[in-house]
Amino acid sequence: MGILDSKIPSGPLAEKWTKHKNDIDLVNPANKRNIDIIIVGTGLAGGSAAASLAELGYNVKTFCYQDSPRRAHSIAAQGGINASKNYQGDGDSDYRLFYDTVKGGDYRSREANVYRLAEVSGNIIDQCVSQGVPFARDYGGLLDNRSFGGVLVSRTFYAKGQTGQQLLLGAYAAMNRQIHRGKIKSYTRHEMLDLVIVDGKARGIIARNLITGEIERHSAHAVVIASGGYGNLFFLSTYAMGANVMAAWRTHRRGAFFANPCFTQIHPTCIPVSGEHQSKLTLMSESLRNDGRIWVPKRSEDAKAIREGKLKPTQLKEEDRDYYLERRYPAFGNLVPRDVASRAAKERCDAGYGVNKTGEAVFLDFDAAIMRYGSEKALTSGLKNADNAHIRKLGEEIVEAKYGNLFQMYEKIVDENPYKTPMMIYPAVHYTMGGLWVDYNLQTTIPGCYAAGEANFSDHGANRLGASALMQGLADGYFVLPYTIGDYLAEDIRTGPIPTDSEEFNKAEKDVLDKINKLMSAKGSNSVDYYHKKLGKIMWNNCGMSRNAKGLKEAIQEIAALRKDFWENVKVPGEANTKNQELEKAGRVADFLEIGELFAMDALERNESCGGHFREEYQTPEGEALRDDKNFKFVSAWEYKGDPKDAKLHKENLIYENIELKTRSYK
Amino acid sequence: MKIYLKIWRQKDASTKGKIVDYTLDGIEGDMSFLEMLDILNEDLISKGEVPVEFDHDCREGICGTCSLQINGRPHGPDRLITACQLHMRSFNDGDTIVIEPFRAKAFPVIKDLIVDRNAFERIQQAGGFISVNTSGNTIDANTIPIRKENADKAFNAAACIGCGACVAACKNASAMLFTSAKVSQFALLPQGRIEAMERVQNMVRQMDLEGFGNCTNTGACEVECPKGISLENIARMNREYLSASLKG
Repeated sequence: MGILDSKIPSGPLAEKWTKHKNDIDLVNPANKRNIDIIIVGTGLAGGSAAASLAELGYNVKTFCYQDSPRRAHSIAAQGGINASKNYQGDGDSDYRLFYDTVKGGDYRSREANVYRLAEVSGNIIDQCVSQGVPFARDYGGLLDNRSFGGVLVSRTFYAKGQTGQQLLLGAYAAMNRQIHRGKIKSYTRHEMLDLVIVDGKARGIIARNLITGEIERHSAHAVVIASGGYGNLFFLSTYAMGANVMAAWRTHRRGAFFANPCFTQIHPTCIPVSGEHQSKLTLMSESLRNDGRIWVPKRSEDAKAIREGKLKPTQLKEEDRDYYLERRYPAFGNLVPRDVASRAAKERCDAGYGVNKTGEAVFLDFDAAIMRYGSEKALTSGLKNADNAHIRKLGEEIVEAKYGNLFQMYEKIVDENPYKTPMMIYPAVHYTMGGLWVDYNLQTTIPGCYAAGEANFSDHGANRLGASALMQGLADGYFVLPYTIGDYLAEDIRTGPIPTDSEEFNKAEKDVLDKINKLMSAKGSNSVDYYHKKLGKIMWNNCGMSRNAKGLKEAIQEIAALRKDFWENVKVPGEANTKNQELEKAGRVADFLEIGELFAMDALERNESCGGHFREEYQTPEGEALRDDKNFKFVSAWEYKGDPKDAKLHKENLIYENIELKTRSYK
Repeated sequence: MKIYLKIWRQKDASTKGKIVDYTLDGIEGDMSFLEMLDILNEDLISKGEVPVEFDHDCREGICGTCSLQINGRPHGPDRLITACQLHMRSFNDGDTIVIEPFRAKAFPVIKDLIVDRNAFERIQQAGGFISVNTSGNTIDANTIPIRKENADKAFNAAACIGCGACVAACKNASAMLFTSAKVSQFALLPQGRIEAMERVQNMVRQMDLEGFGNCTNTGACEVECPKGISLENIARMNREYLSASLKG
């Protein structure tokens, strides 16, 4: 397929990246000073790319909607970052990290991209330590590691539960150094509203100054989109409130293909929704499933009594509880992968066994762990006749040492003590594997327009493994883009500055202003949130943890109707030429209302179950995902054709030369 | 619950602001403080009024965006949390809640409850980094062992979220806790020692230029800091500064 050339270098897997770096064109340092690069988004991918490109000598402009690059949502990542350092001597290698990632992605990612990711992962750790990132260390002063889901080695580096924060602050510091030197100009409280294409190449953006409402033109020789994922279209998610798809979607509207939009990760252990007022969901780390047992009542009348507050979970006898993960998956029990655990929770709640007032929660119970740890501690402390209360106290101390901060966070939000009564949890949207289609160089289908981090699609296939998002963001920004973008810019050394008074800039600015005027003049009666919440419900019910053709077809129709209603009846108060958070939200929701439809179309098109995409029609008799490698071993890349329903599907066939495709089983 | 709100409304930086009263009914304890404000805004929009603007983003206490002075205290009455982590169960039926933006000369109001914290950015740009290129061609991460105690202390200082509560809590609107957190993080690590003298001098100089007040050791910043950044960092910065001044 000529239109989708992934540009994967030839040669053996482990030599592709080195060979490619030797083959690509370079720009000499004097010429770099005459070349401008725009980067949209300042999270791990955008921030690290900005710092690296500015160091190389390019003139960089960064844009973020937050008041500081340090506030990008990479900051909220908790667990850690993977790297194949093999510091623990447990047999890790680039190949193993590569293999785990491809398998974890259910064989829907590109071998060459993933291998490169594994190859540069060690450099990320070296780099971050030299920047002063305070990773956890052992008493010998060396770096500590821990294990994460789905792998057999300890390759995760961490900084308590704030790894994302520390890595982002590292990239932010590297940016600050370049801002100080005048090599980066940082535009905060700015939002990209459109991509400007001149003679077929990305040459700039139209941005809105969110304080003054001014529409600005910015030109460059290349544009990098690093604006994160689109999971916020579900309204309720673990994303930041402002997280949006605007930069990526408007790039898509200008011609960049959008890949695998239906690949979304739904994390099983989040604090459940407490009511209609809810704006945001909070994650409870996956590590809790090491010690917590997940259950619901066996009888629906008990579940009802618990929902109504007439029965306490601790009053329910052991034989009246259904530890459904242990029942369905005896081999992996409570430690099945995220997608499996999420679907199983939904299945029980849909069947009427949910345990909170909204009926959408299951228990995560630490009682058994507390008693087990307590008994062990009593034994090792030589306490032969400890009573239950004493054992419980000893056990609680051990659980507190392991998970104390999470228990405290839970208690703050839910107002219940999880040492005394089981936690209530429910799955929530928290990452999108899909994104802008990019080739091996991270270039989109628009020449000169690149996508990095969660905004692209390339490395996680249909399911991302824990601690891999941070790795990918920094790999793209620190170590991939700085090489590949030079290859493209080598042709631009004689171009000179890109003027912003061209016809193309005029047209793009006019399109943006028309859109804003349309939103401001709708003068309807419904707030932006009204539409966002409605869209979120459609997405959650029809495009969430499990999907079927009927529901997806309904979703396509409902979203189209909702979008029409939005443009006629939305109400955006205030003025366009001032700070106006409702206008900001309106623009973002307008895009969610488009990508939502494409999301459903992509899910409908993919007649198989893989990773986070579970189609009810395609499952084994035991209810497990049924992948179809014969017909769906491809990346779906959608071309914008106006209305979302007219989008055109292109397929990039995935070739596996180094890994044998297998079925995942957790029974 | 019925809640009476007194909220600072200000059209833009150049317009004079004032306190405006609002009343909300049907507020539940499970709502977060910001969700209570969402409800107020939905109500205002339905009445055709302009909603109250406030900064917020992650709503889980880590991005440092939210910046509300609630009943005179940065991030409200509870300790070790940001405003987005505060829940309405911390209030009672019939309470009056006063909500203002963080107040400091160096944090001018942009609109309503939103302030401009670019002064913090410029302090970081003046020296809050280690001058190492991001080429990845550095030494192996385990080449230099770091005492666990120092690594942990550096982490505790690095946990600063840059929200500005320390400035808003301080009667002098001092940014010493914020600045010292970054100075300390790097001062405690061998990688950061190399430029330690220049860093502390440059960051302190910028901090003074921005119009933040001086530290008089009242400790209000430490009490209000949602991340529990310790006053010890200010002491360490003062030592670093003195030593740099003597040597430099």
